[in-house]
Amino acid sequence: MQENTQEIQKKEVESPAGVERTKDQKVYMPAVDIIERTDEIVVIADMAGCDENSVDITLEKNLLTIYGKVLLEFDEGLKPALFEYGTGDYQRVFTLSNEVDREKIQAKVKNGVLTIILPKSAAAKTKKIAVISE
Amino acid sequence: MLLSDFERIFEPLWGMTGSRWRVPQRRTEFPPFNVWVSDDRAVITTELPGLNPQDIDVSVIGKIVTLKGCRNSEELKNNDTYHRRERWYGSFNKSIELPFNIESNKVSANFGRGILTVTLPRAEAEKPKKIEIKSE
Repeated sequence: MQENTQEIQKKEVESPAGVERTKDQKVYMPAVDIIERTDEIVVIADMAGCDENSVDITLEKNLLTIYGKVLLEFDEGLKPALFEYGTGDYQRVFTLSNEVDREKIQAKVKNGVLTIILPKSAAAKTKKIAVISE
Repeated sequence: MLLSDFERIFEPLWGMTGSRWRVPQRRTEFPPFNVWVSDDRAVITTELPGLNPQDIDVSVIGKIVTLKGCRNSEELKNNDTYHRRERWYGSFNKSIELPFNIESNKVSANFGRGILTVTLPRAEAEKPKKIEIKSE
């Protein structure tokens, strides 16, 4: 465990060369687990600092975009002494295959973790083809 | 493990860079801490998404603060498979030494939206005192 976690660093989102954001703030890629279950695909993203009101999920064509806004409460009168992690918004984009039932996507946020449930469409679920030996 | 002497020597320099977003590129023990200080207290923040407050243990001895905790990986059923697995899991145990003794019974810890904030007041006896200079 110790070995694995020592290398954990937040990754910044790469923007195309020459393109800048208007806000002078970093945007990070949330670490995700994506699990495929029998009838759904689950996306779990670590987005510390976000709650249900600050996460936006949009689905345009087959692009699923996750954007999480992080509001920093900064206590005046304190001086920074040590910075081991950066803070900023989160963004990540995934392409979805046609097998997702777009109408039934669900999302929730708890303790800074976003969970998106992408149910598989009925067509995708019944696509299993039996192979017969001769 | 405590911060190494090297890190302690260079800590003040990082504090002086002026940019709130600058993060030194170096290996840090998990979880990464951000620390703010003032004359009467220090505040430590760390990102621990997915944990519950009861999973986190904060303890203080003298100048040293220790955070312990654990996050389990997702439970997989028979047919479940990972497409991606990037999130950390397991247990951690990290200590940091502050530049002053801590008033241990006044320490407060708050956990919200996956961020832990620990406020550590400076021991009363060690607070800086202003000394009046009298003219004769």
